[in-house]
Amino acid sequence: MSKDATIVYVPRDAAALAVGADAVVAAIQIEAQRRGKAVHIVRNGSRGLLWLEPLVEVQTPAGRQAYGPVAPEDVPGLFDAGCFEGDAAQPGRDATAGTPETARPPHPLAHGLTESIPYLARQQRLTFARVGITDPLSLDDYERHGGWQGARSALGRSPETVIEEVVASGLRGRGGAAFPTGIKWQTTRRAPGEQKYIACNADEGDSGTFSDRLLMEGDPFCLIEGMLIAGYAVGASKGFIYVRSEYPHAIATLGAALDLARSAGWLGQNIHGSGFSFDIEIRKGAGAYVCGEETSMLESLEGKRGLVRAKPPLPAVQGLFGMPTVVNNVVSLATVPYILAHGAAAYRDFGMGRSTGTLPFQLAGNIRRGGLVEVAFGVTLRELLYDFGGGSASGRPLRAVQVGGPLGAYLPESQWDVPLDYESYARMSAMIGHGGIVAFDDSVHMGAMARHAMEFCAIESCGKCTPCRIGSVRGVEVIDRILSCEGGERDAAVELLRDLCDTMLSGSLCALGGMAPYPVLSALEHFPEDFGLARKAVEPVR
Amino acid sequence: MPTENAMPLFRLEGAKMERHEQGDTAPMTADQEAIVARVLQRHAGTAGPLLPILHEVQDALGHVPPGAVPAIAHALNLSRAEVHGVISFYPRFRTQAPARLQIEVCQAEACQAMGARGLARYMSERLGCGMGRSTPDNAASLHPVFCLGLCAQSPAIMINGQPYARVTPERLDTLLSHLEGVE
Repeated sequence: MSKDATIVYVPRDAAALAVGADAVVAAIQIEAQRRGKAVHIVRNGSRGLLWLEPLVEVQTPAGRQAYGPVAPEDVPGLFDAGCFEGDAAQPGRDATAGTPETARPPHPLAHGLTESIPYLARQQRLTFARVGITDPLSLDDYERHGGWQGARSALGRSPETVIEEVVASGLRGRGGAAFPTGIKWQTTRRAPGEQKYIACNADEGDSGTFSDRLLMEGDPFCLIEGMLIAGYAVGASKGFIYVRSEYPHAIATLGAALDLARSAGWLGQNIHGSGFSFDIEIRKGAGAYVCGEETSMLESLEGKRGLVRAKPPLPAVQGLFGMPTVVNNVVSLATVPYILAHGAAAYRDFGMGRSTGTLPFQLAGNIRRGGLVEVAFGVTLRELLYDFGGGSASGRPLRAVQVGGPLGAYLPESQWDVPLDYESYARMSAMIGHGGIVAFDDSVHMGAMARHAMEFCAIESCGKCTPCRIGSVRGVEVIDRILSCEGGERDAAVELLRDLCDTMLSGSLCALGGMAPYPVLSALEHFPEDFGLARKAVEPVR
Repeated sequence: MPTENAMPLFRLEGAKMERHEQGDTAPMTADQEAIVARVLQRHAGTAGPLLPILHEVQDALGHVPPGAVPAIAHALNLSRAEVHGVISFYPRFRTQAPARLQIEVCQAEACQAMGARGLARYMSERLGCGMGRSTPDNAASLHPVFCLGLCAQSPAIMINGQPYARVTPERLDTLLSHLEGVE
């Protein structure tokens, strides 16, 4: 690129591609050429401000100026307005830069400096610090933005002290189960076995979640660094990333990143002279939701049907191919480099109670400003839905919110002020899970959503245990009966449904059958009128 | 507050897909056999190789022909039933040639919150084929999926591996007429 070329960022993330980012890039290139302007386009990850995608950013001396959502037909107008003049910063809507007399009227798509957009400015991005800022496949960018610091720090001390650091950070599994990551590592380190494995669970199947995907597409080296640290800590020489087949772009980006990391000596034999050897292989799933369950994922990695295994033995002791295996979610592993680079205390300072650090929440469904919000635990649903999300996309009142994926409870407004931390949510039979938040407006039919939860379980059940395999099918039938009959017959069906849910909750082998009752029972509890039942005289306590 | 767009209840038709019907039982062509043999050879040293093998065969041939099962089973020292069991367990694997436009419509909660069920009905009518099915000329197939990871920009669909978000019937019409035109 020429020295005076304006640097323009247009994300390569699937979220941007899905709304036409490639066409925007083509339009910018054509328009720049027509006008004889030098423009250098960088395909970055997504900032996670997904209602603004495709989000075009222009580098200026004051910082990166944001424009979005940009359609190809907006591009000539943006050029006309001088938005692609990198050196003459366009002040944008917030007009924090420039004086009124020098400031041009802001372009309707201008949002000012990206970093000053409140949605982003109010976040605490630790795990997602680089996502959207760097070119995900530039080793230089990664290094310049603090990459490999965690790995350098880890390789310079004993594996035991690395584990101690992770234990001290209080990091808990971000896949949903919230098990302390450091303790899991300790178990694997101490378990006897010639070969140990790191298995990264990137089978992000929960509706309303996309943080794994954003990270793998936006900062893949961070995941590689986290796995490398995990491997060093527990004594594993091989890692697998199990990515769902619905994420072809993540698979492609990770593949390219692995090659680059190998070429830079961060994977392979004797990594940077440490004497430690480690490599990673990507494995593609094949559309089975249950393979996000850790033991089912291990079966799938071994080339079998994704049937859930009974625990114990824990995978940490007897996992992949019968060997001690750390199974961690993408976000858990990608958080480790921060902890090793900045220390456990820096991470532990965020959050509340036993839920330390930050969680990348994902605002989805019927929400005006959907996207990724990484903040410390303790934030409330109401803050996320309104301060960040701006209320419903449809403009109608929000009515129900499902937190934690398809197996998470539906929460009515009376519960939106409970702080989001693992323990507070568990107390009200809800779960934070992987941090997905799906909003519904008042047109939702909660009977239909309850039925969907059971039907989803029936479709996705691996079939190994009866409560899940049969219970879910019966659950659909019973909900149909509740919705179609009246009086005593309906009351009997409701009792049967509660009984069935109880059996599934306590009798299922894994979380699929064991948690599918949560959305069903919460819908029944909080939205009885959608099942033709009378609302209780007393509202549930806040 | 039941509303007309939620009632009558929509059934997730076709979620248990038709892909696993023993369709084409004809033996493989010599070309297909050679491709399968090459894939098997490449994975001779892979640990737990069955899923990578099935993906590569499907990527190369468009589907996993039932005629490939004996060769795969033999190479991995598995029974044919075990290989068939794996193929039929995973919705992604298909045993028949795919439609030219493979359309996947997300039917998970976040997309439902933005009208994914109505969109699925619209697509079904426009293409004249039910969910989980292909059109008679195999020009297009329609399958429900549960989550494409585009939940903040719902409803989302995927056509031949390309994602599309914030899909409206109008946007879909433009998209399909463009894609059908390319065919």
